[in-house]
Amino acid sequence: MTTKVSAPGAATGPVRLLVATRKGAFILKSDPARRSWKTTGPKFLGHAAHHCVLDPRDRRTLLLAARTGHLGPTVFRSLDMGRTWKEAARPPAFPKAAEGQKGRVLDHVFWLTPGLASEPGAWYAGSSPQGLFRSEDGGVSWAPVSGLNDHPMLAKWTGGEQDGTPDGPKLHSVLIDPRDARHLYVGMSSGGVFESRDQGKNWQPLNAGCLADFLPTPYPEYGQDPHCVRLHPLAPDILYQQNHCGIYRMARPEDRWVRIGASMPKKVGDIGFPMVLHPRDPDTAWTFPMDGGTVWPRTSPGGRPAVYGTRNAGRTWQRLAAGLPAGQAWLTVKRQAMCADLHNPVGIYFGTTNGEIWASRNEGAKWACIVRHLPHVYAVEAVELRA
Amino acid sequence: MKVLIPTPLRSYTGERHEVEATGPTLGAILEDLDRRFPGMRFRMIDEQDAIRRHIRIFVNGDQVRSLRTPLRAADEVLIVQALSGG
Repeated sequence: MTTKVSAPGAATGPVRLLVATRKGAFILKSDPARRSWKTTGPKFLGHAAHHCVLDPRDRRTLLLAARTGHLGPTVFRSLDMGRTWKEAARPPAFPKAAEGQKGRVLDHVFWLTPGLASEPGAWYAGSSPQGLFRSEDGGVSWAPVSGLNDHPMLAKWTGGEQDGTPDGPKLHSVLIDPRDARHLYVGMSSGGVFESRDQGKNWQPLNAGCLADFLPTPYPEYGQDPHCVRLHPLAPDILYQQNHCGIYRMARPEDRWVRIGASMPKKVGDIGFPMVLHPRDPDTAWTFPMDGGTVWPRTSPGGRPAVYGTRNAGRTWQRLAAGLPAGQAWLTVKRQAMCADLHNPVGIYFGTTNGEIWASRNEGAKWACIVRHLPHVYAVEAVELRA
Repeated sequence: MKVLIPTPLRSYTGERHEVEATGPTLGAILEDLDRRFPGMRFRMIDEQDAIRRHIRIFVNGDQVRSLRTPLRAADEVLIVQALSGG
């Protein structure tokens, strides 16, 4: 297997941010210089929007994972970049259990991943509780990936409801090897990172070297809590993860995670939720550290928010806080709420649970708040309307 | 029979608060509604055929909890969404 995938050039046009919040979805539109931003929305006001994703194959279709607080979960589709929406005809759902048996109930769709260009119409969805679903018709109808959902080890891998996040246990970070549509990765909180090489029929844990300090065995085969896993699109043998127990990197074929967060400043630590990669440089990545001490406040350490970036695969980290509040700012950024665009220099964006979106046009060197007073931000995705 | 629809589900019924449905049981009524208003049932009933946590269904003023509840043509079905949270 070759290591690299051919690199596209940097994008130059306007950027849109697809912002999913606890109370609906918003789209932020930039000018080509990414200096000014205009907010549109809300779409689906009052619905919990967990993830809004553009189909890069047509740069027009959006999928939105939503749950109206008191109604069941669903997926909405837009074929015109968010102007009009239609609900999936058959949204993700677990199979009905046989009479007398207890079946699983999907609480919400949490994560959406479009398939490769070689699989038109293919999408994956990760759910709470942990489940994987696949659509082959652009998100109109969804079927369970039974190789994972019905795997005899799933209950052992994931533990019980008590092992999930405060919003419920989740399957997230559905990653597809750009060289091989059959090669998949998922992250499960809890459960760990898992890999399939046959499009989801069989799965193997991929957690060697990754700490689970909340379990009796600190380095178990499974049971870890990856918060966000990323695969580099141009060097797909390189994976990063922000885990409950630190920041890790894996360079395959060495199938072992290395805790690159060990080189973070001790006062800051290496706990957080999101993980963002440079779109063209597999040695460059960014995180947003949060306080994982004592009772896990999950806020910026010391009330001094900062992004930390590495340009050498985690050997050293640089604090990137210019423009961010200098103190008394107790920000929380969720695992899907930080992303990068494809420009040069790369733009980085994060959304906070108090409804702010922060942007840097220069890879974290300087930050500006581009919108505030949104609802609790769940996810931010940067998309380019043209290459 | 007459079925009264709560505000959050009226996007499925073209904003109508009252629709007609037919069937011998509550489950059949909801299936009939889903045929006419696709997707509506799953927002109320989960994949294990349980009424979702914040949905209440009343027949002639009495709360029912089973999709097997028998119904007659003259019954009135009221679907209510119980609000909570912030």
